Amino acid sequence: MLVASRMTPPRLTPRVSSDAKLALVEFVLGSLDIEASADQALDWLATYAGVRQALCMAVDASGRHLLSVGERGVELAASWGFSIELADQDQPLVRMLNSRVPGHFSGGAVPAWSPLGPSPFHVIPLRAPQSDMHGPADGLLLVAGVARLSADVLWAADVLGRQLFRLRSRHSLSETRFGRERVLLYSIINAVSDPILLTDIEGKLIIANSRAEKLFYSPDDASEGRRQAVSFNNMLFSAALSSGAMEPDEPARRELLLVDPIEGSDLLFEHISSAVRDLREGTSVVSILRNVTDLGRATAEFEDSQRRLRVVETEVREERHRLELIIDSVADPILVTDPNGDIVLMNAPSEKIFAFHWGAADQVQRRVRANGAHFTSFISNLLFSGAQERWLGEINLTNPETGAPLPVEAVAGKILSEKGELTWVVTILHDRTEAMEKGRLYEELKHASEELEMKIHAATADIAQQNELLRRQALELEQASTLKSQFLANMSHEFRTPLNAILGYTHMLLQGVQGGIRPEQRTSLTRVDSNARHLLALINDILDITRIEAGRMPLHVTTFRLPDLVREVMSELEAIISRSKLQVVSDISPRTPLISSDRQKLKQIVLNLLSNALKFTPSGWVRITARHDAPSKTVVITVADTGVGIAPGDQEKVFEDFRQLDTSTTRPFSGTGLGLAICRRLAGMLGGRISLRSTVGDGSQFTLTLPLRLRRK
Amino acid sequence: MTMTTKKDGQLVLVVEDYRDAREMYAEYLRFSGFRVEEASNGVEALEKASELLPDIILMDLALPRMDGWEATRRLKQDKRTRRIPIVALTGHALAGHAEGARQAGCDSFVTKPCLPDALVAEVRRMLESSKGVKRGSSKASRT
Repeated sequence: MLVASRMTPPRLTPRVSSDAKLALVEFVLGSLDIEASADQALDWLATYAGVRQALCMAVDASGRHLLSVGERGVELAASWGFSIELADQDQPLVRMLNSRVPGHFSGGAVPAWSPLGPSPFHVIPLRAPQSDMHGPADGLLLVAGVARLSADVLWAADVLGRQLFRLRSRHSLSETRFGRERVLLYSIINAVSDPILLTDIEGKLIIANSRAEKLFYSPDDASEGRRQAVSFNNMLFSAALSSGAMEPDEPARRELLLVDPIEGSDLLFEHISSAVRDLREGTSVVSILRNVTDLGRATAEFEDSQRRLRVVETEVREERHRLELIIDSVADPILVTDPNGDIVLMNAPSEKIFAFHWGAADQVQRRVRANGAHFTSFISNLLFSGAQERWLGEINLTNPETGAPLPVEAVAGKILSEKGELTWVVTILHDRTEAMEKGRLYEELKHASEELEMKIHAATADIAQQNELLRRQALELEQASTLKSQFLANMSHEFRTPLNAILGYTHMLLQGVQGGIRPEQRTSLTRVDSNARHLLALINDILDITRIEAGRMPLHVTTFRLPDLVREVMSELEAIISRSKLQVVSDISPRTPLISSDRQKLKQIVLNLLSNALKFTPSGWVRITARHDAPSKTVVITVADTGVGIAPGDQEKVFEDFRQLDTSTTRPFSGTGLGLAICRRLAGMLGGRISLRSTVGDGSQFTLTLPLRLRRK
Repeated sequence: MTMTTKKDGQLVLVVEDYRDAREMYAEYLRFSGFRVEEASNGVEALEKASELLPDIILMDLALPRMDGWEATRRLKQDKRTRRIPIVALTGHALAGHAEGARQAGCDSFVTKPCLPDALVAEVRRMLESSKGVKRGSSKASRT
């Protein structure tokens, strides 16, 4: 407690709670019993200051004795009735009554009669601060068992001193009451945890409690920083006081920012000040400082978060604005519905369908309501669809302005909260008018295409049918042709069985098997034989042609030497050659390579060509030559004569069936007229061809060109 | 032309369904000194061949009841008749027929129409060549 700068009370360290001190002060002030007060104080010392041995002594009312009024840890015998004559000025304790400071007895200085025994002890003079500064003390406090006197011990001694003084001077009631109340007041304001100050109106300090003392008072040995902080605080406080007008009954409230002199941190106080008018002392100011640092911090944080909230709100508003712009700019209608199915947001295209202006035509309103009903029905489907998060459907809406059908495809998505609860449903509608029109056109196109396809199909079927008919006819023709050839072949064979008998019996008759015959009979039989042979030749040739055409002339390919074949033919024709008187020349190179072909058919061709040449050459020569043409891998056989020759117009006809230019039948081999036709067919079978060069009267030249190796097809 | 007595003549079996041709060949063969037996189908040919064991058989291939190929095959499988030379008579001068006749076991063949003297010449030729191999190979020589 600091009571103005002119007072020097013991400096208290806050080791003992103010409540305990207040309790002691209260007890003392409420008591008029010196011994009870001493006892209480000694109890307090034992409890709070650790003092085990103590003795309290007081000057009696007569002013002649120093008497023991209370003890702790002291032998009763030693203290009971212990008194000291104040007249004995040499008594060490008597001398201590006049001392201003505590004393210490130890060692040899401890009196032999000490009530505390031989232990060293402290002696504290007990006097009231306001008592005569130079008079003797009202009592003594003897303390043993502690090395040093603590602040609490000194404080308790102070309290005891004031009580002794108060009780001794009870003769003045008013004096006593004032003192009591003053002590109580000091104790009360000291016990308050908020700093309390009494100042003049300029802020000059009159009384401060211990809390305020820390802020506005620095001890002499304080650090430089602390002193500066204290002077700074005093300055701020004075400035705060002078800033506001002082109204007597109206406490002023303001914020005051001070510095904690020890911590150095900012302390924010609510400063409540009120003016106190006193007739004698003039106006003074009571200030109570309430620490609101934590409150201030909380307020600052609150404001900070408020500010941040405002920023976020602004951002959200902008974000929403942007979102609305985006949603509005989407050409497709977008709607947001809450879990009840009520529309909470829609973009501009949606509004054209689901909203109408006040005063819109009745039919427009009706259509809008119908659209809304359709939409609600769609949404309720989604809401009842359970877990499904997306819903796709088609809604047949109407354009409210025109009444035109507006088919839309609707895609709805559920928006769920973090807890999985349905919060919104967002639906996007897509106009399907165009798609449906396209679909309709596509269907028409498809239909037209299908019709076309059907027509083509029908036409194709017709053609296929006709083709099938033609194919069948061709097959029938082919079969007919084959049957005809087959028939001819069989018939030719059947012809030969009776011919065989005719020829055989004619021959037997001519040989005289059944007896001799007359010359006339022989002539007739010879004509029968000759005609029968001619018929046989015709039948054989027809048989060959029909077999070739019926595909019943098989090929038998072998490898053979051409010169051998020509020699065979020459020898078979030997009889005719010798009769003809013609020069017949064979010019076949012995180096002619081997031929792979059908030997019998080649021989038939060569035989036919040679016999033709002999037949139609009256004089001159007949020559057969053969050469190998390596590049074309062919062999070329030529039969040339100096015969009658064939006119250019007839040269192709000689290869036709039943053509014979010279119809003379006088020759032994008059021929059938089928020879060259057969030769050309046989040459074709062998992969070759026959050509003719001839001049009338200058002979003919038949050329057979054959591949060296016949390839089977 | 060598004339031999009927008693000494070798036996020729003529198998031919066409009566005129069969009798014509038979007459000319007898005229040429052979003994002749006739058959008009394949079954009859087998019976007479087994019974008479002729020296040579003239076999027409196109026959009723059993054709010449089958008859020839059976004759050539029978130990008693396998050595008898068989000359096939074919109306089809085709390589296929000749090949078929050979595969059936014919020793030679002639193509109709065939004059009687050409047939007799072929018979003589076959008898001559089979005489040389009678004790050797069972296979007759071929043309």
